Amino acid sequence: MQKTSSNINRRNFLRLTGITSAGFIMGLSAKGNNGVPEVANLTNSGLNSLADATEAFELTPFVVIEKSGAITIFNTKPEMGQGVFGAIPSLIAEELEVSMDQITIKQTGGEKKFGGGQSAGGSSSIRSNYNNLRKVGASAREMLVKAASQQWGATVEECYAENAKVFHKPSGKSLSYGDLVEAASKLEVPQSPKLKDPKDFKILEKPMPRPDTPLKVSGKATFGIDVSVPGMVYASVERTPVLGSKLVSFDAAAARKVKGVLHVETSTRTIGIYSYEGVAVIAENYWAALQGRKALKVQWDHQGHDTFNSKTYEQSLRDLAKTEGVVDHTQGDFDKAVAEAPVKVEAFYETPIVSHSPMEPMNCVASWQQGDKLEIWTSTQVPGSIKKDFPKTYGIPEENLTVHTMFNGGGFGRRLYTDFIHDAVQLSKKVGKPVKVIWTREDDTQQGPFRPMTFSAMKGALSADGKAVAFQHKVISPSIDASGRMNYDKTKSDRGMTEGISEQKYEIPNMKNNYVYADLHIPIAAWRSVTSSTLAFAHECFIDEMAVNAKKDPMAFRLELLTKDSDTKNVLLKLKEVSNWDKPLPKGWGRGVAQYEFFAGLGGYVIEVSKKGTGIKIEKIYAVIDLGTVVNPDTVRAQVEGAAVMALTAAIKNGITFEKGQAVQSNFHNNPLVRINEMPPVEVHILANGGPKIKGVGEPGLPPFAPALCNAIFAATGKRIRRLPFDINKV
Amino acid sequence: MIKLKVNRKEYNVDVTPDMPLLWVLRDVLGLTGTKFGCGLSQCGACTVHLDGTPIRSCSFPVAAAVGKEITTIEGISENIDHAVQKAWIELQVPQCGYCQSGQIMSAVALLKRIPKPTDADIDAAMQGNLCRCGTYQRIRKAIHRAAELSQA
Ligand code: FES
Ligand code: FES
Repeated sequence: MQKTSSNINRRNFLRLTGITSAGFIMGLSAKGNNGVPEVANLTNSGLNSLADATEAFELTPFVVIEKSGAITIFNTKPEMGQGVFGAIPSLIAEELEVSMDQITIKQTGGEKKFGGGQSAGGSSSIRSNYNNLRKVGASAREMLVKAASQQWGATVEECYAENAKVFHKPSGKSLSYGDLVEAASKLEVPQSPKLKDPKDFKILEKPMPRPDTPLKVSGKATFGIDVSVPGMVYASVERTPVLGSKLVSFDAAAARKVKGVLHVETSTRTIGIYSYEGVAVIAENYWAALQGRKALKVQWDHQGHDTFNSKTYEQSLRDLAKTEGVVDHTQGDFDKAVAEAPVKVEAFYETPIVSHSPMEPMNCVASWQQGDKLEIWTSTQVPGSIKKDFPKTYGIPEENLTVHTMFNGGGFGRRLYTDFIHDAVQLSKKVGKPVKVIWTREDDTQQGPFRPMTFSAMKGALSADGKAVAFQHKVISPSIDASGRMNYDKTKSDRGMTEGISEQKYEIPNMKNNYVYADLHIPIAAWRSVTSSTLAFAHECFIDEMAVNAKKDPMAFRLELLTKDSDTKNVLLKLKEVSNWDKPLPKGWGRGVAQYEFFAGLGGYVIEVSKKGTGIKIEKIYAVIDLGTVVNPDTVRAQVEGAAVMALTAAIKNGITFEKGQAVQSNFHNNPLVRINEMPPVEVHILANGGPKIKGVGEPGLPPFAPALCNAIFAATGKRIRRLPFDINKV
Repeated sequence: MIKLKVNRKEYNVDVTPDMPLLWVLRDVLGLTGTKFGCGLSQCGACTVHLDGTPIRSCSFPVAAAVGKEITTIEGISENIDHAVQKAWIELQVPQCGYCQSGQIMSAVALLKRIPKPTDADIDAAMQGNLCRCGTYQRIRKAIHRAAELSQA
């Protein structure tokens, strides 16, 4: 199998695929009824090449079959570890009746012809493509089968497709797809092709080996940081870690003397509503650029931000918690229900700022060429918006920009932002050479954007028989949305910051959820599972506190609040079963449960812990993820295993704190990640009973982890943890 | 000129002697399989072998590698068929894959030293290699599997 993660421009496309007039190109037309894309044949219009066809008709050529038999399938979703590089093409391959070994996968770079969905985020890649792409594959298959049947004078029913060939059942004759494309491309495109019955699937729903794995165990996968183009130079950009400062002046004399240093230039980093000037040292190799950067003397005006610190800021959030804020959701009469209830419960929960810290630091290669042509190679989650927005920012026609989407060495939301790409583009324009900008780990840790903290003021009330009758989750936090745009509206609840709290399935008659906005001058951002990554901790630990006050088993308490059938109820029932919830644990052990449903999907955990010396040992982790439909169960398991590690890091490691206006942490020594010796295995169970429902995979494994862990710690020790991070060795 | 031997090939490189081996490999020799993650011996992404011993090339001056055999991920097999690579593929270890060159180099060195490592051996040998995607449980399984494969 041939693979590449870089997209290809028109010339390269023709060179690499050798597509001829007889090639067969299937895609989706943007112009379907009611916004539903139509399957379209992009070949039989007398056009000579894919590029011409697509440029003329703005169609999305997802699969190309050539006369030679070569099959190319395009992947529009950036690969950052979540497995779309194989999963997206497999949707077409399954219906087309070709194996993954028979296709070449090519990564797209935001080109118009591949449509608007060229980004990865929100656990949405499979959900948004599952039906459309299967249809593309099925239509192509039906056309190939029809072409063969016509050639043999047989009926369509006598023929079937398998392994990139069409077979004639009665005679056993066969024709390869390559032999059929010319005839097939002249047929009408079936708009309602018959999709395969899932019981006949050969690739989907099976644990398919990922096509990018061999590349990633041999150093052959090309990440953004690995890109090299002729004449390329290397840059590192100095910016003060005191966020919000202004550049006053700099002295580059010593920097210029460092061997290998070629240029010193300023560059502006733009992220959301913020923009930060920096001084870039550009050199023959990255090491020289770093040495030059160290030799710079830069004056900053901190604009008063050098007094900002976490302690004071967190106290301001606690003070704000006393205000009402804006109402996110109400039902029943919360205040009355609390006033009348015999048992009232209150608690306050706090979570930290954390960094994304993908293992591949931010980087980009940009080449500004004569005639205002621009080429960008980068690890990004959003090639589509780079292709759309950058030409506007830099005043060039859209067709002058080529974007190459490389393998992402982790994304987690960080690579939804394009700030580091602007550095490379500006510097290349200034020095007239291709420039590779690489952020140091210190830049990555200290410059943001960060996942914001959320603080939660929780209030609940129980009836005499121990049922939850009233519930309130008040969120106090800065806003990701406000960090991203100027005209943020503070008078309305910020649904991004109250994510999921009003959508949990517990049947509690009286509810009032609120949001209290807090100002912050630091860029903040979506982080894997966004605000659910912190809100679930407060929400599900507090449900546990209510269960304790009701003197009920936390699992039974939850199930009592779920009388109607729901996915949440199914997840809890599954957790109860796989964890043997009712079986007594050894002395000193405890188990905890949590679930969380939000935009990305639904998952839950039961975690068992034991007391160990002064701390806690995690003994067992059971995870359930609710999907409905699954594409690659092995990838699903991997995503949940990984989400658990990331969630544990966010629960027990330092996080980011500020002193004197800057992040105290700078690299992995003081912003540590969980290591192999700290991570017990995760047993993952997938709820996938087929049917039309299809939920996200990448994020739902994160939010319920910390509350399940802390609920287990309470069960084992009687100690309620209400603030993250906590030291697991001192509980 | 500094003389280096990388993956059984000789190179002459014109760099300052204090330049870390990592940047010589990546920027000068174009061997980009070895990754930059922290520059501070904290993550293991840059792990290569020096006479068979794993080192963090981000913090290792090139001058100190003269006269030694340097092996990078590109040098452990011709056809992606080292037992460790086979096990990694069988267990589908990588997610984003960025840390995996370093993980594999640490695992290869471990298995050379201890052909049948225990979980404790794995903890000790692998805890210098971070994985943000969280592939640890598969790494552990794959090391046990690679031990089996190389004994077969
Ligand atoms: S880059 Fe060398 S240990 Fe992190
Ligand atoms: S696989 Fe992504 S960092 Fe390890």
